[in-house]
Order: sequence, then C-alpha cells, then structure tokens
Amino acid sequence: MATVVIPALLRKFTDGKDRVTANGRNLGQLVDDLERQFPGLREQLIEDGEVKPSVAVSIDGDMGTAGVLEPVRESSEVFFLPAIGGG
Amino acid sequence: MAASTNGHDYKVIGTRPVRPDGVDKVTGRAKYGADYTFPGMLFGKVLRSPHAHALIKSINVEKAAALPGVKAVVTSADLPELADKMEAAGEQAINLAHLSATILARGKALYDGHAIAAVAATNPHIAEEALRLIEVDYEILPPVMSVEDAMKPGAPVLLPTLRNKEDGADKETNVATHMQFKRGDVSEGFKQADFVIEREFKTAMVHQGYIEPHNAVGIYNADGHATIYCSTQGPFVVRSLCSAVLGIPEGKIKVVPAEIGGGFGGKTTVYLEPLSVLLSKITGHPVKLVMTRGEVLRATGPTSGSTIRCKMGATKDGKLVAAECWLAYEAGAYPGSPVGAGAMTIVTPYNIPNILIDAYDVVVNRPKTAAYRAPGATNAAMASETVIDELAEKCGIDPLDFRLINASKEGTPQTVGPPFKRIGLVETLEAIKKSAHYKSKLTGPNRGRGVASGFWFNVGLQSSATVNIHTDGTISVVTGSVDIGGTRAAQAMIAAEVLGADVNDVRPIVADTDSIGHTDVTAGSRTAFATGWAVYDAAHDALRQLKERVAKTWEKKPEEVVFADGLFSPASGNGVKPMTLKQLAPRLARTGGPIIGRATVNARGVGPSFATTLIDVEVDPDTGKVEILRVTVAQDVGKAIHPAYVEGQMQGGTAQGIGWALNEEYVYDDKGILRNTGLLDYRMPTCLDLPELETIMIEVPTPGHPLGIRGVGEIPIVPPPAAIANAIYRATGVRMLELPMSPPRLMKAILKKRAASDSQAAAAD
Repeated sequence: MATVVIPALLRKFTDGKDRVTANGRNLGQLVDDLERQFPGLREQLIEDGEVKPSVAVSIDGDMGTAGVLEPVRESSEVFFLPAIGGG
Repeated sequence: MAASTNGHDYKVIGTRPVRPDGVDKVTGRAKYGADYTFPGMLFGKVLRSPHAHALIKSINVEKAAALPGVKAVVTSADLPELADKMEAAGEQAINLAHLSATILARGKALYDGHAIAAVAATNPHIAEEALRLIEVDYEILPPVMSVEDAMKPGAPVLLPTLRNKEDGADKETNVATHMQFKRGDVSEGFKQADFVIEREFKTAMVHQGYIEPHNAVGIYNADGHATIYCSTQGPFVVRSLCSAVLGIPEGKIKVVPAEIGGGFGGKTTVYLEPLSVLLSKITGHPVKLVMTRGEVLRATGPTSGSTIRCKMGATKDGKLVAAECWLAYEAGAYPGSPVGAGAMTIVTPYNIPNILIDAYDVVVNRPKTAAYRAPGATNAAMASETVIDELAEKCGIDPLDFRLINASKEGTPQTVGPPFKRIGLVETLEAIKKSAHYKSKLTGPNRGRGVASGFWFNVGLQSSATVNIHTDGTISVVTGSVDIGGTRAAQAMIAAEVLGADVNDVRPIVADTDSIGHTDVTAGSRTAFATGWAVYDAAHDALRQLKERVAKTWEKKPEEVVFADGLFSPASGNGVKPMTLKQLAPRLARTGGPIIGRATVNARGVGPSFATTLIDVEVDPDTGKVEILRVTVAQDVGKAIHPAYVEGQMQGGTAQGIGWALNEEYVYDDKGILRNTGLLDYRMPTCLDLPELETIMIEVPTPGHPLGIRGVGEIPIVPPPAAIANAIYRATGVRMLELPMSPPRLMKAILKKRAASDSQAAAAD
C-alpha cells in the first residue's frame, strides 16, 4: 500500500494521523480508498472528478502531471501540497 | 566563472554566441506590442477608480458615447458574469469571477486604479476626453490597506462572498486561506535549543518594474475569430483567460506574442487583452490599448507586502532544532497571494526536525497581486535568513559555517515533505567561502558584510517544439515560449548541439497560438528546462529521420548509420563517403520530402534552485543611505546552456532584490491612494546604484533532464534583501526588520540605537 502524507489542516479527517496508507494503481483510486477510510477527505482534494486546481501532488519526489491518472506504486510516497506558480 | 560537475563534452552548449534577436533589438526593429498598427485602428483608454474602496452605485456613459469620435464605451455589464469559484484556466488556478472583475469592476471598486469602464475612439485624445465624460456614482467605503487591519475582527469586508474553511460558511472575512505545515514537535524542539530568536518582519508591496507597459491590439473579425497582439509571458494563457472572460471559444482566438520588454511574472495574466477584443467586437475595428506607467503601477499586479513572524532555535554547536513561522501576505483585492510558496520556502534551505508554519492569504484594498520572480520567497527569506544570521552570531559561528552545518542536501526532507533529490546548496555556500570576495578584508568605517541563501522550487509544465530542416541545411526551431531572458538563443544552441550544426545556421522562432502546440507560460524558471527539453527531443526526432534518409541513400538500414561531429557515416566502412547535414539537405526532396522533428513534453523531475549571495555595504551615518560596495552571487544553475544569459539572470535577479531591499515600495496615503505612480518616485536601482555583480555558476545537473538543465531565472532575487540587512547590521549594529531599508527608515533606526546608547552611557555615568 502507498504511504500518503496528510497536510496538517486535513489531519482532522484522519484522527490526527500525519501518515496513512491507501490502495490504488493511480491517484484517483488512491483518493477513493482514502475516502473509504476517512470520509470527507476526497472533497478537500478532488473536484469535478479531477485534482483541485489549488492542489498539487508529489509522488516519489516528483510533481504529478497526470491528475487522477497519475500512476501510484505499492511503495509510493504521496504528498498533497498547495499549487504554486512561478514568475 | 563556472564550476561544473556535469562532465559532458559539448561543442555548442556552454559557449557564448551572439543572441539571434540581438540585431533587431539594438537597431530598434524588434516589434513590441505598442508598435503594431492596422488600418482603421481605434485607440482604447480605461477609466480607473479614484477611490480605494467604494460601491459603484451607477455608471452613466451617455455623454461619453455621444462625443464625436467615440465608437464604443463598455463596463462590466458588457462582460458575461462568471462563476465565483476556482477553475483551471491554462496552467493557472484562477477564480474567473475575480479575473473578470479585475478587467472591469463589478459592483465595487476595490483599489485605487481599478478599471471601471473602457472607451474606443478614433484617437487617444478623444478616448481620454470621453473618460472624463463618464459619470460614476460612488459610495466611498473605508479602505483596508494592511494585513493586520484586514484580519482585525470587525474590519470592513472587501468581498461579501469570501469565506474560508475555518471560519465557516456564515462568516464574512478578508482571510481567503489559511495553510499550515507541520513536522515534529516545535515545543519540544525549542526546549532543546540553547538560543532562540524571534522577530517580526514587514516587507512592502513592490512592483516587478518591467520597462514595457502592458499593451494589446485586438481584432475581432466578422467570422467570429479574434486575434490579439500583446506583450505577454504566455500567449496560451492569454488565449484561455480571454476565452473565459469573453465567452469566446479558445479555438476562435489567436494570440500573437510580441517582443516583450520584461515581465518577471507580471505578464502571466490579462488586463487589456479582453478589452481590446470586446471593443473591437463592438466597433468592427482593430483596437489598441497601451497603459501609462501610472496605470501599470496602480492597476497591474505587484507582489505582496507581508508581515512575517519567525522564531528559530539552535543548540550552541549551531544545530537548528525548531522553527515556528507565521506569514500573512497581501493578496490585493482578490485572493491569491504567494503566501503558500512563502511558507514552503521560508526554512527549506535547512534541515530542521521540528517545524510549524502558518500562512494566511489576506485581501486588502490594493491591486490584485501577480507573480514576481520566485513569488513569495523573497519576503520569507528576508525573515528566516536574518534570524539565521542572528542565531549564528549567538552561537559564535561564522554565518556561512552555520548554514553549512544545517544545509539541506540530497535526501533532506523539504518543508512540505518530499525529500530533495540532488541539489547544490552546499556547493553555493562553499563557493562563496572560497571566493576572492569572501577572502578579501572589508575595512573602513560604517561598512559591513552580509550573506544569505535562498531556495526556489522552479516548475516544469507543458511545452511543444518543432525543428525544421531546410533545403540548404539550415534549421528553424519553433516554440511557443516567449523569449524574456535569452531562451531563444538556448533553444538554437540545443538544436545545434544535437544536429551538429553551426548555431548561426539555426533560427529560433517564437510562434503564435495557431502555429505551435500548447506551451505554458515563460515563468517559473521553466523555459530552458521544459521547452529546452522539447527542443532536444524534437532535434533528436529530426536526427532520427535524417539517419533514415542517409540510410536510404546508401541502401543501408538506419541503425547502420552513425552520426558524430556533424557527419553521417556508415557504422562499418564500405567505401561510401560520409556526408554532412548541408550535403544531405538538398537531397531530402528525392528521399521522401521535408523533415520536421517534433516533440512535446509535460516535464517532470524539476530541479529546484539554491543561491547564496554575499554583499558588502557602506552606510552613510548621517543620511542612512546604503551604498552597495561589492556583490557576489553563487547559484546552482544545473547546466548553463548560454553562460552569459545565465549570468544575466543572476545579475538581473540580484539587482531586483537590491531594489526591493533598499528603496522600492508602494506608498499609499490614508485614503488608500497610491502616491508614487512614476519611476521617479517608485525608485528602482539604476546602473549608477550598483557595482559589477559578480557571479559564480555551480553546475549540479538536474537528475533526469537530458541536459541537466535547472531553472535559473527566479532564485537570485531571493537572498539579497536579507544579505543586505545582515550587512547593515555589521556596519551599524542595527537589525533592520522592515523593507525597504530606505534612508529615512534606516536613519530612524540608527538614531534610535544612538539614543539608547547615549541613555545607557548617561546611566553609567
């Protein structure tokens, strides 16, 4: 199962846990599993079936580019971050 | 000066050819947005709010519309009303209702200079006269100019519909977002500390200061297609934002990017572009709008002013054990400050086990902020790098050594969690330590030396490129990336390197949105990295096809053809004569036709940037004026494709950081009216204010990138303000906690310190 690092302000959905595990071959499936375990979490991350524009995802140290289709491995470490822009 | 760890032997990459756009620019032939003119063209002007915060009760345009020569007058009533929610528009996450209300205010004016109405007329003077005839009935409201005032209970609310998750759906607020980053236990961390420093910093709102004002020419054709000529960092983002604001399908808008006279992040959104199309649609004529400098300062997006509290603790042997930071950034009139990036960069150069960072995005009656070179990071570094300097002093450790003890390296977790891959912070610190500047003695009264480091993420995003092989063996490289900092030269050099060509035989072209695949903005230090990657792949695609043609000529298989040093040769000798690209190119017609290499990337594996800057200053003890004596910046640049342009980025960013540190600020009066609307009063540094800025390029290749490229454009702006503050401390004994450290502000601090010293001496007597 992949390890998911939960942002500080979303830990209220995970009983205060900063790291949880979840299943899924891609990010969409992973978030589905998170929602099963921690109801309410998906709404914070996904909108209209896609990762919210204000949310970025790092998987194994790389910023994802494929949204909910981003591949996730059993050993993956997944971080949800605020999206940033550059100048 | 460059120190390389890349190890490749390139023939073109790493050299310094003359830039391909140089002649046009120095002879004045390069075409900028304001240079475009078309038959029957009208001239647009924008009426702007004279109030910082006001209800717009009514707008009467009748007299203006009746003025001879006036062809159209528009207000927000002429734009579609858009949903008040965050949406992806191009590569940006943006609230389209807020964007639309920035183009033309809807219901409320939220800052001095907010666009209220726009006019198109047969000449600019008539358009200006028409603005004076527009009657706006305002109900003036109290302005909210600072994050502190905006966050106070009972503060006037700017946006009645704004809510945040913590306060809930019922509470009106000026706080758009609260973010928090947490690792370890800061309370326990501070217990381990021998020294704890806590300071509060303020940084002023500053503008990017690009020389070329915003401009746009819009042409709406009777067939429903629109063309926009404008100065932008992202023609595709102009297309998507104009589509959203105007309700015109993206496919019916073509954006032609003109040459750009600077952007630095400020030209990643739209202001005049939708108005030019809207006015053209109504009048049936091309419409040109060009901002004045005052409009640029009043009504385009500067970067946030901020209040930052930073508390850090270290053991006496110099090990950082805890950091607690609180950041509140001015978003301007609508949410979207770079406070998240500020929070994610503030202590990231260091490996600190216990971190708690709270960040607030706060709306105030100032123009909506836009990106500015490493958005949010410079404010943050001013705070953390000053506190680091103070902790180093407490520990009795050289500030460079203190940073080396704690420096992030490969494997160190970032503030946001993921561990760093290969990075070059340690190398920048060591390079400064070994530099002639650091080894030199700084002597003389009122002089001091300061150092600071900085971190920036850089971004990847999408790029497209085509590489065309012409019949004479010359090459054109077509991309969608506007060239701000010399990236055209870099793209030409990459193609020349791959194809073994003379770089002077490669012509780089910046295409319009109909002529190239989607390409995201020239921003985030991404263009050499991501578009360069696309060009590299496209050149290899062309090379693959060229090998096939050579094989066809020689009646061999493509894998039996090798390419090296610009020559196609048989893998094993059998009497055929090797040939060059120039010999092959005229034969393309008879071997299958033209060759176009093409590639697209959605770039991954972005390498972040670090820089360390060393600055010597002299402070005039009677006026508080700071003279910059010497500057050296060391930066991890990945792989410098054209070292002169990399150095130029390092010097340009450093110069902007020095301006931010010493003079630049938005000065508002108590009614929220901007008082310094010209460059005489908004004081940016000139060449007379700066010495030669010395650069040390460290080449730590980005893992995964075929050339090891790392973004270079943004990071050099981050360290200078803190480095100067630390230098001022050593020159005067005064710790400056507010930007800019302008003569009046510094003099006040010096006098306060003198008064305290005098009273201590008197007490001792």
